[in-house]
Amino acid sequence: MYNQTEIIKDTTNLGPEGELVVNMGPQHPATHGVLHLVVTLNGETIKKIEPHLGYIHRSIEKMCESLTYRQFIYVTSRMDYLSSHINNTACALLVEKGMQIEVPERAKVVRTILNELTRIASHELWIGAMAMDLGAFTPFFYAFREREMITDIMEETCGARLTMNYIVPGGLMYDIHPDFQTKVKAFVKQFKEKVTEYEDLVTGNVIFQSRTKGVGVLTAEDAISYGCSGPVARASGVSCDIRKIAPYDAYDRVEFDEIVETAGDSFARYIVRVKEMNQSIHIIEQLIDNIPEGDFVGKTKNVLKLAKGEFYQRVETARGELGVYIVSEGGTTPYRIKFRSPGFSNLSVLDHIAKGSKIGDLMATMGTLDLVIPDIDR
Amino acid sequence: MTNEEIKEYITAHAPEAIFDETGEWLNIAVESNHLKPLAAVLHGQPMQMDYLFCLTCVDYKTHLTMVYHLTSSTNRNINIVLKANVDRADPVIETVCDIWRTAEMLEREVFEMFGVEFLHHPDLRKLILEEDFKGYPLRKDFEDPINMIKL
Repeated sequence: MYNQTEIIKDTTNLGPEGELVVNMGPQHPATHGVLHLVVTLNGETIKKIEPHLGYIHRSIEKMCESLTYRQFIYVTSRMDYLSSHINNTACALLVEKGMQIEVPERAKVVRTILNELTRIASHELWIGAMAMDLGAFTPFFYAFREREMITDIMEETCGARLTMNYIVPGGLMYDIHPDFQTKVKAFVKQFKEKVTEYEDLVTGNVIFQSRTKGVGVLTAEDAISYGCSGPVARASGVSCDIRKIAPYDAYDRVEFDEIVETAGDSFARYIVRVKEMNQSIHIIEQLIDNIPEGDFVGKTKNVLKLAKGEFYQRVETARGELGVYIVSEGGTTPYRIKFRSPGFSNLSVLDHIAKGSKIGDLMATMGTLDLVIPDIDR
Repeated sequence: MTNEEIKEYITAHAPEAIFDETGEWLNIAVESNHLKPLAAVLHGQPMQMDYLFCLTCVDYKTHLTMVYHLTSSTNRNINIVLKANVDRADPVIETVCDIWRTAEMLEREVFEMFGVEFLHHPDLRKLILEEDFKGYPLRKDFEDPINMIKL
């Protein structure tokens, strides 16, 4: 891997134009995972960024080829571990679409609530970690205070705090915990009181603003051309929310706004995520009192077999558009599966938007892309 | 644009295109050497398929199939699946990364996983695997006795 890029070991003898190549990662506190960036610098100015992937590559796509349609969902929790519910939903929806399984209303509503809680938890972690990358330590504790409530709710209902594996083809694995509604309502109440604290602490902060405004600007044309999705594209003015384009589960019956900003810089990406959390709360509020009674899982056969053909399912994770593409030959396992991960496309734009800026700004640019490395490597 | 109008428009530019409407979205299969011109036509007006959201390859044992999922950022309800078969022994196809920039990294992934060579790609080398890795892991006949991927 190292012979791909020439790495200058002796810094007294720089390149012809005074270029310096710096390895950022794979073990770097700001990459939050094992991402290796080879940064070519001229002084402090970034000339080129080359991502080197594969440190956490597990070949999930090949693994899934030998797993049945009930088993492959467990692997997907390990892709984007902060959106594991949403990954599971994508796979469950695809199998349900391929087999025409009827999903009970109760399961649909609970799935939507859990997906939105996951989105809030992911954005909370992102706010805390990104503010910490930029030198603000306190927001981390503020964000994790609320995130802890969500992980507690998840633990009670799903039995896990991170890799849930709770959503299965046909509905849910178990019924929700009796305390689920009360706990979620308590969380909503606390979140609405405390969310203003982030605004006070981070949004209006002069240091934060000067470090993010005008940094890593992504235009709408580039966002489209690079296949960006999620908050990254929406901060550049591209409307791309799958929950609006192709509603799944209970998203067609709830009211929420798609947050679109036009500035395209790191600050806009921050604003989009904060506003999205409020919209998620709004969705949860509409559904939490109206969870229909009834079955939590539909009638499915013991052995799931997808019809011969090709299936594609899109969902909106906390990071953007996750696509699952399955080619089925009619058997119990997928013939070929491809995960279109949002992080992969969002990472590909990094070189383009960070070029020409200072290396100190790279933290803000990369932080606001919200990369989760297992999602990129798969 | 309805599927009929899309088909009519594509037939005017690529008469040999084969359509398949059995799936959720309209599938268009073309020869590998006709793919790039058709991609450019789809990207331009009036179709404006400017958002390539999935690029991958499927190994059918007799041949490889490149699969491009396209949509338009102005009308996300139109989705098109573009397909081109490539020879398995000598897989070569023209790159589309000058049309959609996202293809650059996605094609690098297909290159290392399936061994498809993309002509005129600016930086075609391995992305995820090690530089000295032998074989194409996502092909159906790939076996690695040491690092078993199959469960």
